[in-house]
Amino acid sequence: MKFRTLQANGKPGDELAIDVTLAERWLVAFLRDELVRRRRMTKAVVGVSGGVDSAVVAHLCAKALGPANVLGVCMPYKTSSGPSRRHGELVIRETGIRGLTIDISDAVDGYLRCEPAASPQRRGNAMARMRMIVLFDQSAKIGGLPVGTGNKSERMFGYFTWHADDSPPINPIGDLFKTQVWALARHLGVPRQIVNKPATADLIRGQTDEEDLGITYELADRILRRILMGYTPDDIIAQGFDPGDVRLVASRVAATHWKRHLATTAMISTTAINEYYLRPVDY
Amino acid sequence: MARPRTAKAPDRFSLALVQFAPTKGDVAANFAGVGDALSALAETRKPFPDVVVFPETALSGYFVEGGVRDVAMQTSVVAERLNSIAAKALGRARPKFDIVVGFYENDLGKLYNSALYATLGRVPTVLHVHRKLFLPTYGVFDEERFVSRGRAIEVFATQHGRAAILICEDAVHSLSAIVAALNGAEIIYVPSASPGRGLENAEPSNVKMWREILQVAAAEHGMFFAYAGLVGFEGGKGFTGASKLIGPFGDLRVEAPFLGTALVRAAVNLEDVGVARAALPALGDLESNLAELTDQLRNR
Repeated sequence: MKFRTLQANGKPGDELAIDVTLAERWLVAFLRDELVRRRRMTKAVVGVSGGVDSAVVAHLCAKALGPANVLGVCMPYKTSSGPSRRHGELVIRETGIRGLTIDISDAVDGYLRCEPAASPQRRGNAMARMRMIVLFDQSAKIGGLPVGTGNKSERMFGYFTWHADDSPPINPIGDLFKTQVWALARHLGVPRQIVNKPATADLIRGQTDEEDLGITYELADRILRRILMGYTPDDIIAQGFDPGDVRLVASRVAATHWKRHLATTAMISTTAINEYYLRPVDY
Repeated sequence: MARPRTAKAPDRFSLALVQFAPTKGDVAANFAGVGDALSALAETRKPFPDVVVFPETALSGYFVEGGVRDVAMQTSVVAERLNSIAAKALGRARPKFDIVVGFYENDLGKLYNSALYATLGRVPTVLHVHRKLFLPTYGVFDEERFVSRGRAIEVFATQHGRAAILICEDAVHSLSAIVAALNGAEIIYVPSASPGRGLENAEPSNVKMWREILQVAAAEHGMFFAYAGLVGFEGGKGFTGASKLIGPFGDLRVEAPFLGTALVRAAVNLEDVGVARAALPALGDLESNLAELTDQLRNR
C-alpha cells in the first residue's frame, strides 16, 4: 500500500491579506452609518497630506458620501516636500472631492517665534496640532466631521502626535495595518506614485517612517500582528524573527499604551467618568 | 416516543426574520422601528407571518454598557408595548401572531439580556422569556459586567411547534442545542448581535462561523434554527445580520446579506423535523447513550 504524505507547513500564504473588496464595502458602510445614520452628518473633512493613508480615507469618504460632500484640506508647512504637495492635489483631483489649501506656516511660526530653540520633534508636534485646529474648524464651518487617517501600525508604535493625528472622532482605517492600507489603496485606484513612495510624516525634511522606526512596515506588521494575538516576544523569536526586530517592536508598543488612551484622571469617587459611569461613545 | 406538540398545532407556518438596526439607547424609537417592520410585513400581498423574529437587544442596541439600567424593562411592559405597537401598525383587523424580541430585562432590579416569545392579539400572552446564559466577556464583549446570567434553557409549546430560544453565544455552545433538542424542541430561535470581524475572505469570518455552527447543530439534532441578526454600526463595531433559516437537514434555506436591514420570509414545515430525524437518528442515538455520558461528566 502506498501513502501520500502531507505536511502542514504552518506558513499561511499571506497572513496579513484582507479581502480588499469586502474591506472597501465594510468601511464605506461604516462611514455612512457612523456619519449619516448615527450623527446625521452628511459632510466629512479629510486632511490630505499626499500620503497613502489620507488618500485611502479620501477615496472611502468620496464613495460613502459623494465627492461633493467631502472636503480635502491640504495643509502644507513651508518645509513640506514638493511631492507631498503635488500628491495631495492629485488625490483631490482623482477623487473629485472639494479641495482647499491652507498653508499653516504663519500659524505655526507665530507660536515658534516664542520658542525659537524648539527641537524638530516639538516643531513637528506643533504642525500636527495646528493641522487639527484647521480640520476641526473647517468641519465646524461646513457642518461636517473630521475623519481620521491613522493606521493600526502607527497607532501600535505610538508614531503620531497625541491629541493631533488621533483626534478626529471617527477613523475608518485605524484597524488596518500599513501593509493592508497599501493593499486597499491599490484596490481603490490610488495613484501608484502615492502607494509606492516611502511613507513619511513629512514633519522633518527627508524623514521616512521606516527610517524613524528602524524597521520596514512589511516586517513590523508581521511582528505587531503576533503581539496583538498574544504571542510573547520569545514565541515570536522562536517563530524565526530576528530578536532585535522583535524587541524593537515590542518595546515601542509597551512604551506607548498611554498614547492610545484619553487623559489619566484622578479617581476620587464612585461615580468617576469612564470608571464607574460607563456609557458608550454613541449612547 | 414522539413528543406531542401543542394540541391542534399546525405543521406548517410562516416566519419572518427582521434584520433590525436599532437606535442606540432610544427605546421609544426602537418600538416605533418594530412597528415599521410589522407594517412593512403587512404591506406585501403575502399573508402576515405567523411568527416574527427580531434580533438580540433590538429595543436598545447591544453595546450600552452602564446604560443597561436606563433601557431595561419588565417583560410585561415590553409585551404590552409590543401589543400596542402592533395594533397601531396593523390596525383593527390585525392578525394574531407570535413575536420573538430581544431586549434588556429588568426583573426587580436584576438585569438580564433576554428575549421573549409572545402571542400578540387582543391581550398579549407571554409564552416564554429566555435569559441569556452565556455572557461573552472577552475582547470586544463585556456583558457579564452589566447583566446577570440566565440559568435555564427551556422548551415551550407554541401554536407553531415546540420551541426554544438561544441568544447569540448560547447557540455557539453545542450543549445548548443538545439540551433543547433532548427536551423536544423542533425549532430554535436565535436572536443575535454579532459584531463583524475578520475580513480575510469575501464575508466576515463570524458570518461563516455562525452559518457552520447552526448548520451542524441543525443537522445533528434535526431541528430548525431561525437566526435574526442585528445590523448597523455601534461605536465602530458593525453587526453582521445574515439572518437565516436553517432546516433540520442542516440545509440553509434562506440568508439575508450581512449588511443592511432586511425582512426575511420563509415557510416552515415541521414535518421536516420527523423526516430528518428518521434519516439521521443522531438525536435518538444520543438519548440512548445519555445516561452513561452524563455519568462521565458528573464523575470528571
